[in-house]
Amino acid sequence: MRRIVLGPFNRVEGDLEITLDVDAGQVMAARVNSPLFRGFEQILAGRAAQDALVVVPRICGICSVAQSAAAAAALGDLCAVEMPENGRLARHLVQAAENLADHLTYFYLFFMPDFARADYVDRNWHAAVAARFAAVTGSAAPAVLVARANLLKLFGFLAGKWPHTLALQPGGSTRAIGSAEVVRILALLRGFRAFLEAELLGDALESFAALASEAELRAWGAGRGSDFPSFLQAAYDLSLENVGRAADGFLSYGAYAMFPSGVWRVDGAVDTLETGKISEDTRHAWLVDGPPRPPADGETYVDADKAEAYTWCKAPRYGGQILETGALARLVVAGQPLARDLVARHGASVTARVVARMIELASVVPVMERWARAIVPGEAFCHAAALPDSGQGVGLVEAARGSLGHWLSVDRGRIERYQIVAPTTWNFSPRDAAGRPGPLEQALVGLPAGAGAPPTIQHVVRSFDPCMVCTVH
Amino acid sequence: MKVLWLQSGGCGGCTQSLLCAEPRPLFDELRDAGIEFVWHPALSPESGAEALQLLGDCADGTMPFDVLCVEGAMLHGPEGTGRFHLMAGSGRPLTEWVERLARRARWVFAIGSCTAFGGFSAATPGNPLEACGLQYDGDEPGGLLGEAFVAAGGLPVVNIAGCPAHPGWVVDTLQKLALDGLTEGDLDDCGRPLLYAEQLVHHGCSRNEYYEFKASARQHSDLGCLMENLGCKGTQAHADCNVRTWNGGGSCLRGGFACIACTESGFEAPGHPFQETPKIAGIPIGLPTDMPKAWFIALSVLSKSATPKRVRDNAVADHPVVRPAVRKPSK
Repeated sequence: MRRIVLGPFNRVEGDLEITLDVDAGQVMAARVNSPLFRGFEQILAGRAAQDALVVVPRICGICSVAQSAAAAAALGDLCAVEMPENGRLARHLVQAAENLADHLTYFYLFFMPDFARADYVDRNWHAAVAARFAAVTGSAAPAVLVARANLLKLFGFLAGKWPHTLALQPGGSTRAIGSAEVVRILALLRGFRAFLEAELLGDALESFAALASEAELRAWGAGRGSDFPSFLQAAYDLSLENVGRAADGFLSYGAYAMFPSGVWRVDGAVDTLETGKISEDTRHAWLVDGPPRPPADGETYVDADKAEAYTWCKAPRYGGQILETGALARLVVAGQPLARDLVARHGASVTARVVARMIELASVVPVMERWARAIVPGEAFCHAAALPDSGQGVGLVEAARGSLGHWLSVDRGRIERYQIVAPTTWNFSPRDAAGRPGPLEQALVGLPAGAGAPPTIQHVVRSFDPCMVCTVH
Repeated sequence: MKVLWLQSGGCGGCTQSLLCAEPRPLFDELRDAGIEFVWHPALSPESGAEALQLLGDCADGTMPFDVLCVEGAMLHGPEGTGRFHLMAGSGRPLTEWVERLARRARWVFAIGSCTAFGGFSAATPGNPLEACGLQYDGDEPGGLLGEAFVAAGGLPVVNIAGCPAHPGWVVDTLQKLALDGLTEGDLDDCGRPLLYAEQLVHHGCSRNEYYEFKASARQHSDLGCLMENLGCKGTQAHADCNVRTWNGGGSCLRGGFACIACTESGFEAPGHPFQETPKIAGIPIGLPTDMPKAWFIALSVLSKSATPKRVRDNAVADHPVVRPAVRKPSK
């Protein structure tokens, strides 16, 4: 048995290190280390409650609006304010825009460049994939950056800027747009649709979103020259549908009144989400030890010399279960047929996680077009919200990478406690007190490792689209 | 010109913002200006041992490079060990990597306010992260590299402050350097490039008519000036946000919320709730920096009394309720 330390992992958001126990060229055990500590829960304590809206987006420059939305929801819960319909639509639009921009950046800039590696030079797809997706120099990058920048111009109209906006307030959105902006937003969405249809999918969004099984997906992809079918060709050649399985329990808090919340159990049933079942375990984190605590009662105190610790990340569990979160989890919980079929056949996998992001791109853009048209210029976007001096609030949203929760309590107008459970905290969780490894730690076991091994580990790690800066908030 | 990029105690948002550079795609823009990344943690192909080899070669001088861009605060804690951020795979504090690499770089850029001044990472009471900027600790010179640090190219750290930095601030500063160099005359008193920091956020603000008449917003989504009630510091913050604009035409003010002066040191701990204007006897304490207070008050009284109904009514609505009058041609 040999111990290998992998890191830094490029093209993930933030810093990541993985320790592998390897025997005969195979991973026997994996330990995932988030080597950066940020301390945002302490930064928030003692501030005025509404300051959370300024502080939390700065946890993460890639999930910035998801963090804002979670804080706005938690403060909204605290003061029980209702958003006007326009505010709700504006919030859906900016959250979806960030999530879809993330999926796009992820696919082209973070995930696909690994298939351009020289390890695959003998594969018949390699030359074309390397020319298209090589990091920084690939032919896809310029058009991708333009498509991404243009989609994020929704923020110029709806939220001032991206990342780090203050437009999302408990009572709605600070920017009341008129019909001129609606026209511009629809034009931007049509531009994004055109990119996806011409470059990414090579088909109408609605046609791709209607694929209902793995067999239909493979038949659809065969011979299609666009970017996502190129991935499918490589992925099936490398059998990535059988790689990267974790615990196959899935968590979704539900998004944009389009995807429902729920927990998919390993046995295939969807349970109603009960947030009371969420707890965080600190046994293997450099944090003061104690029994698992629900986030509403959570603590984050550093203990940098703890013997059993190997990461700054806590271990979230749901009624003790290990859950995976992200686009695949959202779709499986929602009953999306293709996602369900992929999971039924192979469990979660590199391929299924990537396909799920494409399904979201194809299915959410048309809904964004409907939200933009549903805005009624002249009607309110924001209700005034008077925050009570004391109380508690919970804000649950879906970031691109999965379920993001904020739990806050306020006393005499000041934040007394603020706890954040981020998507990658679930996915890149360390072992819990019972020694049970987190989703990525499970997904890596059995993979080839060491000298001469193919870059399979790289694909599995990035299939989760990790965001380490959120993880170690 | 070769650029090496590192990230530490920050959110990665300055890189995410940078990728929004326009009108040309970032990679094309930089390549054609003769600028290339030696390594960037979010963009480059090299991982693991390959990446460490490359960084080691840069640090020991065998791989020359020109600009070290650092994104994120420098974390010295806990207790001076730097263990709040050990670079993955290397077991060494990121602060140590930055110190080694800064000695080899011709220029050192702090990307974002965390890197320049410490930012939110340094904002926890008592600063348990022991966070600071590259050459500032808040508004005090010092930081990781020390007040006396001068990079080989002859300049101290260039502070492209902002939370996040606008993509244009970074791209234009890199291009200015590649084109004809940077001198102290290109920077302000705290090392920020004048190409964006010689303006105030107030310049070009779309709410300027409301400011002139002190017609103030009372709540979020109102159209009026955000200075009197909602915490806006646009008249004090150095940046060209309302001239350059963000994401195709936005800015904080255009988005309906206050400028929190994120390009300034200490913005993260203003001593009052961010979205409220602190006042003494009803008068905002954060008045424009270069205007005598008595004049400001006198002008305010005068302009409030002269406010047109259109401006007064629209200031407290979320869309214009009174349009500018159309003057009929005289016969």
